[in-house]
Amino acid sequence: MAKRIDVKDLNIYYGKFQAVDGVTLSVPPRSVTAFIGPSGCGKSTVLRSLNRMHEVTPGASCDGKVLLDGEDIYASTVDPVSVRRTIGMVFQRPNPFPTMSIKDNVVAGLRLAGTKNKKELNEVAERSLRGANLWAEVKDRLDKPGGGLSGGQQQRLCIARAIAVQPDVLLMDEPCSALDPISTLAIEDLITELKQQYTIVIVTHNMQQAARVSDQTAFFNLAGVGQPGRLVEVDGTEKIFSNPTQKATEDYISGRFG
Amino acid sequence: MTTSVDLERPASPAAFRPIGAVRKSKNLVATVLVYLSFAIAVVPLVWVLYTVLEKGLGPVLNADWWGNSLNGLTATQFGGGAYHAIYGTLVQGVVCALISVPIGVLVAIYLVEYGARSRMAKTTTFMVDILTGVPSIVAGLFIYALWITTFGFTRSAFAVSLSLVLLMVPVVIRTTEEMLRIVPMELREASYALGVPKWKTIVKIVIPTALSGIVTGVMLGLARVMGETAPLLILVGYAPFINYDIFSGEMASLPLLMNTERATGTEAGDMRVWGAALTLVVIIMLFNLIAAIVSRLSAIKTK
Repeated sequence: MAKRIDVKDLNIYYGKFQAVDGVTLSVPPRSVTAFIGPSGCGKSTVLRSLNRMHEVTPGASCDGKVLLDGEDIYASTVDPVSVRRTIGMVFQRPNPFPTMSIKDNVVAGLRLAGTKNKKELNEVAERSLRGANLWAEVKDRLDKPGGGLSGGQQQRLCIARAIAVQPDVLLMDEPCSALDPISTLAIEDLITELKQQYTIVIVTHNMQQAARVSDQTAFFNLAGVGQPGRLVEVDGTEKIFSNPTQKATEDYISGRFG
Repeated sequence: MTTSVDLERPASPAAFRPIGAVRKSKNLVATVLVYLSFAIAVVPLVWVLYTVLEKGLGPVLNADWWGNSLNGLTATQFGGGAYHAIYGTLVQGVVCALISVPIGVLVAIYLVEYGARSRMAKTTTFMVDILTGVPSIVAGLFIYALWITTFGFTRSAFAVSLSLVLLMVPVVIRTTEEMLRIVPMELREASYALGVPKWKTIVKIVIPTALSGIVTGVMLGLARVMGETAPLLILVGYAPFINYDIFSGEMASLPLLMNTERATGTEAGDMRVWGAALTLVVIIMLFNLIAAIVSRLSAIKTK
């Protein structure tokens, strides 16, 4: 299931503007890697390039290599659709499909891929909702619209939807930034559980969150406005937060800037 | 005795002043203007509806009106009905919709989902804007020149439908485009992130989300073209009897019936004109009503 990601010399562009410069890092399987850094440093952009979501934006492109268990996801023969099926994503704002019920939201990925077997879909729905710690709250209203849930529940619904297709890697782009502290805690607990099975990469603005949930932390920064973002340092979370190698990391973590 | 402080006296003059006479009078003038404009807008509308109802209700309430044509009746004879014209109006409208809706929706999908900012999309949008402004008589003349003069077909209800397509397509494109644009990008991304291909995302996520608005747009477009008269005058003749064949022969429709009967100047003709007018208004209202119901049924629910 869980696979490792190796990023080598990744440059990312929006049109002619270079947004990210020369990122190289590795994400081990069954672990949580947090991307931290000030706004505009390219951490979300890097995350989105890990499942070729980046290229959905008009004009966006990148070079360098992103390897999933050694296989280049940007190879010309690779179908981006299959990459995204293998590497799932949860977004900043909960985005359940408004036309679908709770259950249909969860199984949307499977159903749209052609699975019709009702029994199988029901099983997947229950397993995924349990996996996202949402089953108890919604099991009596699976046919109600997903848009009727609270923000935190919607975000867990989106996580259930993402894990229903059984990806190898789960990317999370600030999954808690639109949520209250209690929902945030629920999601963080969930992340800790999910890492038994999945490789997780999470972008967060909340350094405590990075410290709480991640095994490895990558700090991104940019030299100035209009400059590309760079990966400053990546290391074990404890090391980054207690004894970082780079001064910029220490300054950022101790709140001296950003 | 201690120095007394007058606690009753405010420390500073009151911050809130009473409304002055100038503002009161300005308010009055504005209120009067608003209500007056409202009345000016509403009076003719109510008047039209009243006249149509008053003069048209008589013939329309007769069962013959809905089941008979005017076959064999002269302009001075009372009786008969508008069945032939109702059939014509509906079938011309439906054939027009069957052609316009697929074209319009597909063009809108191209513009929003695929074309983005390409030159092709810009050109298409420009053309659609021009088409929106084409007067209906020009659409009728164009189809006459193309379908009848160039291709050699006869004047028929189908030619009318073709000219109505020219009028309806831009309406469908415009409304569908607007509706697709307001579907949040996040929903598309959520679908892509599940490994759903783009076309399936459009068919299963984007269109269902926008469906209610698209249906409303289509229905309103249809209601608009069904009242069109100019292309009818050019492209098909009036027949007082029923003709089911859309590809040949004269076919009546409500606007044509009105136009023909008005020319008779008889009392019976007069009644038919108003009956047809009321029928057309009712049909168009029904379409708007259906649009409202369908849009409510397909609207996004959160409870």
